[in-house]
Amino acid sequence: MTRALISQGPLPGKGPVAYIDMSTQLGELRLESPVLTASGCAAAGRELDQFFDITKIGGIVTKSVMMQPRSGRPTPRMAETPSGMLNSIGLQGPGIDRFIETDLEWLNQRGATTIVSIAGSTVDEYGKLASRLRPTPGVAAIEVNISCPNVENRGLVFACDPSMAANVIQLVRRNSDPRMPIFAKLSPDVTDIVSVAESVVRAGATGVSVINTLLGMVINPDTMRPHLAGITGGLSGPAVRPVAVRCVWQIRQAFPDLPIIGMGGIRTGMDALEFILAGASAVSVGTVIFHDPSSPMRIHEELQRALVERGFSSLADAISYAHRTSDAPTLEDEDDFDFITE
Amino acid sequence: MPVQVKGEVLDIRRIGAYHVLSLTAPGIADIARPGHFVTLGIGGEESSMVLRRAFAIHQVQSRGVYGGTLDVVIGIKGNGTKWLSERRRHDVVDIVGPLGRPFILPKERVNCVLIGGGYGSAPLFMLAEQLRERGCRVDVVVGASTEEKLFGVLELKRLASTLTITTDDGSLGERGYVTDILPELMKRVDAAVVYACGPMPMLASVAQISTDLRAYSQCAVEEAMACGIGVCMTCVLPVEGEDGVTRMLRSCTEGPVFRGDRVLWSAVGSIPPGTVGAPVEEAR
Repeated sequence: MTRALISQGPLPGKGPVAYIDMSTQLGELRLESPVLTASGCAAAGRELDQFFDITKIGGIVTKSVMMQPRSGRPTPRMAETPSGMLNSIGLQGPGIDRFIETDLEWLNQRGATTIVSIAGSTVDEYGKLASRLRPTPGVAAIEVNISCPNVENRGLVFACDPSMAANVIQLVRRNSDPRMPIFAKLSPDVTDIVSVAESVVRAGATGVSVINTLLGMVINPDTMRPHLAGITGGLSGPAVRPVAVRCVWQIRQAFPDLPIIGMGGIRTGMDALEFILAGASAVSVGTVIFHDPSSPMRIHEELQRALVERGFSSLADAISYAHRTSDAPTLEDEDDFDFITE
Repeated sequence: MPVQVKGEVLDIRRIGAYHVLSLTAPGIADIARPGHFVTLGIGGEESSMVLRRAFAIHQVQSRGVYGGTLDVVIGIKGNGTKWLSERRRHDVVDIVGPLGRPFILPKERVNCVLIGGGYGSAPLFMLAEQLRERGCRVDVVVGASTEEKLFGVLELKRLASTLTITTDDGSLGERGYVTDILPELMKRVDAAVVYACGPMPMLASVAQISTDLRAYSQCAVEEAMACGIGVCMTCVLPVEGEDGVTRMLRSCTEGPVFRGDRVLWSAVGSIPPGTVGAPVEEAR
């Protein structure tokens, strides 16, 4: 396989950085950067394009779209928490038709790589969304959001039930182009995330996106009632990062070759590196965008620097590096590299 | 188009219950218009406070040795605003702006009434100046719960044809709400446009009074925001469009200034029936 070298040139203020191949492979999809925007934290890219060139990162994962327009939940929809936040947006969105006509059209005109996130309230709705996207140009991959915690019925969080999760993925797979990369977005709010991963992989998922938010709650001490109108919300931000890294690690242990998009509280390139070392082939950055709208580009650059500083000549070499056996040679023994690959 | 810059604190001073923070803001100050806002990053890069805080732009100086500076007025409401109030000269603050849709200014020389609740008077200074430059008569009303929570009384007196002050406790000006004296004032000056910034209940009353008196109202809302740039969908409120259809619109990008008669004030905090995408009662 040929790999183009991305030349970012010297990074500001910190001396030159050697050229390094930052490309990554997610099934059939090749990305020039492993950094994506997390679904729901970047809308459809247009707003962020004011702050950095969205074609220079791996891609935009759009906010989960449903068949019909959706108003979302009442306000307040957000609460800041220690090193994180709760959100209870409730999948506000334009519906798939308008999304394709306006948002996806804009992304394609802009030349961005677009991963479309879909959400349904029934298994059937996921299937319809996949069918609707099938003839639509400019969809690099589909992320199937089976884990949004902001739905009325917690029983409808498909990712909490391995067989329901498999039903959704199976239908999306059946209704999509066979080569279309399909990623199942999993919830950390389960007893055993590996068994959910196993069932979606068996159902035809190309890979998994981990993690979605954790279900949380805040009581307002002034009103002495739940702060969010939706009562519960999804916890995101640096507070959840160790949980997310653990999930990536566990899934990688069970599936040595499964493409994993890692996410959860990434704020810096060093945070992204943790996910890569734990086994993620790509990372999504989410809540940090609210703190720093330029962060996806910054994180790409910081990750590149962190890899160079550790002697890696490509991103691909660093994927799952934390899983090497303890007696494996260190990076200094570059000649012995063949020993430590599976 | 908004930019993200590192601003340096030039000055921070206490005025009544508030702090006025002056920052260098190259690229923001020169294009900011009345009603625009900025968001400030809180607590530095390793902060445990991940959300930015939004502030109406109070004043700008687009020229001078610092190449553009702006002032914001901070009321301490929690740890984030407290952190900002503790900034000192030469500290660096991450700024994004200018954000939002500013106040729309009238083309003709009409009479305008400006209403500020608490530190909601902050964006009215630039507005008053620009309206007067256009030859509009400007009357200002400011109100707060108590004298300490009024902002900018002396300066507004200079900018306005008349300044009326109300406080809930009567500690300065007339006792009561700004909206108590508003109808009388609007009739007296034959107001064509009303501009308001302040708490939601005040804006709701101002909008109603303006509609009753056939004046056009422009209300700047203060909704809780997470991102300020239109990506998070946190700061929505129900607004009726030209087509008569109600949608949940973002205060950060479709506001913060809305036409008073378009916002469904009594439904703020809910999804009114008939809103685009509102939940439908599910059959059992």
